[in-house]
Amino acid sequence: MNTQKVDVMPEAGSASPDAEQPRKSMTGAQVLVECLKREGVEVMFGYPGGAVLPIYDALFDSNIRHILTRHEQGAIHAAEGYARVTGRPGVVLATSGPGATNLVTGIADAHMDSTPLVVFTGQVPTDMIGTDAFQEADILGITMPITKHSYQVRDARDIPRVVREAFHIASTGRPGPVLVDVPKNVSNQMVEFEWPEEVSIRGYNPTYDPNPAQVARVMEAIRQSRRPLLYIGGGVIHSGASEELRKFVHRTGIPVVSTLMGLGAFPSDDPLFVGMLGMHGTFAANRAVMECDLLIAVGARFDDRVTGKLERFSPKSKKVHIDIDPAEIGKNVAVDLPLVGDVKRALQAMLPEAEPVDTREWLAQIRRWDAQWPLSYKKEPGVLKPQQVIEMICEATAGDAVITTEVGQHQMWAALFYKFRRPRQWITSGGLGTMGYGFPAAMGAQLAAPDQRVICIAGDASFQMNIQELQTVAEHRLPVKVAIINNGYLGMVRQWQQLFYDRRYAESRISAPDFVRVAEAFGVRGIRAQTPEEAREAIREMLADPGPVVVDFVVPEEENVFPMVPPGAGTDEMIGRWDD
Amino acid sequence: MRRILAVLVNDQPGVLARVAGLFSRRGFNIESITVGAAEEPGLSRMTIVTSGDERTLEQIIKQLHKLVDVIKVNDLTDEPMVARELVLVKVTANAATRPEISHIIEPFRAAIVDVGRNSLVVQATGDIDKIDALIELLRPYGIKEIARTGITALLRGSLARVRV
Ligand SMILES: Cc1ncc(C[n+]2csc(CCOP(=O)(O)OP(=O)(O)O)c2C)c(N)n1
Ligand SMILES: [Mg+2]
Repeated sequence: MNTQKVDVMPEAGSASPDAEQPRKSMTGAQVLVECLKREGVEVMFGYPGGAVLPIYDALFDSNIRHILTRHEQGAIHAAEGYARVTGRPGVVLATSGPGATNLVTGIADAHMDSTPLVVFTGQVPTDMIGTDAFQEADILGITMPITKHSYQVRDARDIPRVVREAFHIASTGRPGPVLVDVPKNVSNQMVEFEWPEEVSIRGYNPTYDPNPAQVARVMEAIRQSRRPLLYIGGGVIHSGASEELRKFVHRTGIPVVSTLMGLGAFPSDDPLFVGMLGMHGTFAANRAVMECDLLIAVGARFDDRVTGKLERFSPKSKKVHIDIDPAEIGKNVAVDLPLVGDVKRALQAMLPEAEPVDTREWLAQIRRWDAQWPLSYKKEPGVLKPQQVIEMICEATAGDAVITTEVGQHQMWAALFYKFRRPRQWITSGGLGTMGYGFPAAMGAQLAAPDQRVICIAGDASFQMNIQELQTVAEHRLPVKVAIINNGYLGMVRQWQQLFYDRRYAESRISAPDFVRVAEAFGVRGIRAQTPEEAREAIREMLADPGPVVVDFVVPEEENVFPMVPPGAGTDEMIGRWDD
Repeated sequence: MRRILAVLVNDQPGVLARVAGLFSRRGFNIESITVGAAEEPGLSRMTIVTSGDERTLEQIIKQLHKLVDVIKVNDLTDEPMVARELVLVKVTANAATRPEISHIIEPFRAAIVDVGRNSLVVQATGDIDKIDALIELLRPYGIKEIARTGITALLRGSLARVRV
C-alpha cells in the first residue's frame, strides 16, 4: 500500500501541506463509486464483465442499489425510465466490448429525447487499447455522434473531475447522455481521493436567461395576434416549467397543442388543451397549426413527424421558438422570433407581461373542428378494441398512472386515448422510436417512483424485444404492469403496408408465445382478455395485484391509427376514420 | 459560398474526430481543415474551409458550439484576415523547360525546393486563389503530384491593416 502511494505521489514525503495528514489511497474503482455516492446516486443499472470487475468489487461494499438486468439494453432503457421520472441522470454500468455495444441503442434513444444519462463502460487496459484486444470496442468512437459528450479516463486522478463534469453536462442545458469509458488499469490504479467542489467547463455554458428585449418582442407579437397557438414539447418537462406554462395559458387564453414528448406538460383535460399534433395528431390540433397566425414553439424542435411536409407547415403564422438549444432554432423551420434560454425562465420572464388575448372566436373555431372530426373509433359489441383498452386503463387509474410504451400503433393509441394530467407521467421513445424501450423503462420508472402505479402499454412484437426483463421484474417484485395490445402484427408496419403498399403484408405478421404462460414461467402473473368484459375484469385484477402482472389483451388484427398525415404530405391532408 | 472558420478547441484526444464527425454526419462539406497548437497551452486552433448557404453555415457554427471541447468559433470570411496555405507541386521538367518554369513562378514568390532529373518541386504560399492560379500555370508542363496544406488563417491586427 505504502509503496503504491509513493509511486503515485512522488512528493508525498516532501513539505507539502498535505504531508501531515496523508489521505487514504483508494483504487480508481473505489474513487468512482465514492463519486457516485457524492452525486447522490441511489439506484443504478448494469451488467458485469471482465473490464468492470474492479468497479463491481467496489460497488459490493457500497449502499448504492444496483439492478442487474438480463441484457445491457434493458439496463440502459431502465435508466432512461428512471431519469424521465426523476429528472435526474440515470446511471448505467457495463463491461467493455459487447457490454458497451449493447448500450448503443439506449444511448441513441436518450440522445434523441434529451434524456439525462451517465453511462460508464469498462475498457481494456490503456496499454492494450488499439490492439484489438479481447472484448475491446472503440465505444467512444462508436457513440461520438450519439452522446452529448464523452470521456475516456486515462488517469484515475481525473475520475472525480470527470464524474462531476459528466453529471453536470448530462443534467444541465439540454440534457443528454454522457459516456465515461474506464480502462481496467485505471480502475485498479491507486490514488488519493480528491473531490472538486466546483465544476467549471470552459467550452460548456448553456444560456439560461432569455434576452429581455426579445421577451418584449415576443409579448408584443402575442398582443398583435388573433389566432395564437402554443406548440409545446418535451423541453417543458425537462425544464420543469409546467406550472409556469399553466399560468401563462390561463392568463392569456392561448390554446395548446403538444408533441408526443410534451404530453403531460399541460393537463389534457384543460379546456385550452387542443390535443397532440403531427402525424398521428388530432384533426383539430393540426388544423389549428395550419390556421394560427402566431405559433409559439416551447421546448419543441419542429421534428418531421410534427411538421409533415415542411413547405406546407403552418403557412399563415409568425413563428416564435423558445428553446435552450440555439442549434434547434432555424434548423428545420425559419423562425421569426427566437428566444434562447431555459423554458422555465423564459415563461417566468413572460408572465408579468402576460395579459388576456381575445381568443374567443379562435377557440370557437377550434372547438368546431374538434366536434366535426373528433378523435374516435368504432366500437363493436363483444369485440375488444385497442383504443378501448387504453380508455379502460385510463379510467381505472383515474388518469394518474405512469405510462410507458413500446413503439407502434399501441404507442399512438396510448398517446391519444390516455388523458395525461401531469409531467413525468408519460414515458415513451419519441425521437428514435425504439421497440423494446417501454418494458425496461417501466422497471426504471417503478424504481424511481415506488409508490406510483406504473403501466407499460406494449405491442406483442415490441414486448418480445426485451421480454427477458420479466426475470428482473420478478426478482425484485417490481409491481410493473404490462398491458400487451396483441394484434398479432407489427401493427404500425402493417398499417403502412395496408395504406401504401397495397396490403402486401411482407414480414409484418408476427407470432408470439403464449404470453400468459411465459409470464408464469418467470413467476409473474399472467392474464388474458379477449372481450370488453374480460378486459375490464383483467384491468381490475391487474391493478389490485401487489406484484407484477402481464395482461394479454387480444385485439382485432387490422385496426388502424387514425387520423394520420401520410408520409410526405402536409398536415392539412389528414386521412381518418371519417374517410371510411 | 466558401467560408473560413477559425475554431479554438481543447487539445484533447479525439477532438478532431468530434469536429470532423460532426461535419460528415450532418452533411456539411469540408474543403480543408488544418489543426495546430494555439497560443494558449492546452488549446489548438483549427481552420476549416467549408461551403454552404447562410442557413447551413449558421447550423455549422451552432453545432460546433455544442461540442464541449469547442471553446470559440469565428467566421473569418468577411473579416479582415490573413488566410494562407502552402503547396508543394512536383512538375515534370527537363533542361529545356526548367528556366521557363522558374520564370513563371517568380511573380508568385514561389521557390524551387528540389530539382530532380525529370522534375522540380515548387513550393508556394498564398491564399486559395493564388495557389489555384499557380497550379493552372504549371499544369501544361505536367503535374506529377500536388500536396496542399489547406488554409490556415488569423484575424488581422486591429491597427495595422496593411496587406502584405
Ligand atoms: C428496434 C426497432 N425495430 C423496428 C422498428 C420499426 N417498427 C416500428 S413500429 C413496428 C411494429 C411494432 O409492433 P408491435 O410492438 O406489435 O406494435 P403495434 O404496432 O402492433 O401496436 C416496427 C417493426 C422499430 N421502431 N424499432
Ligand atoms: Mg402488434
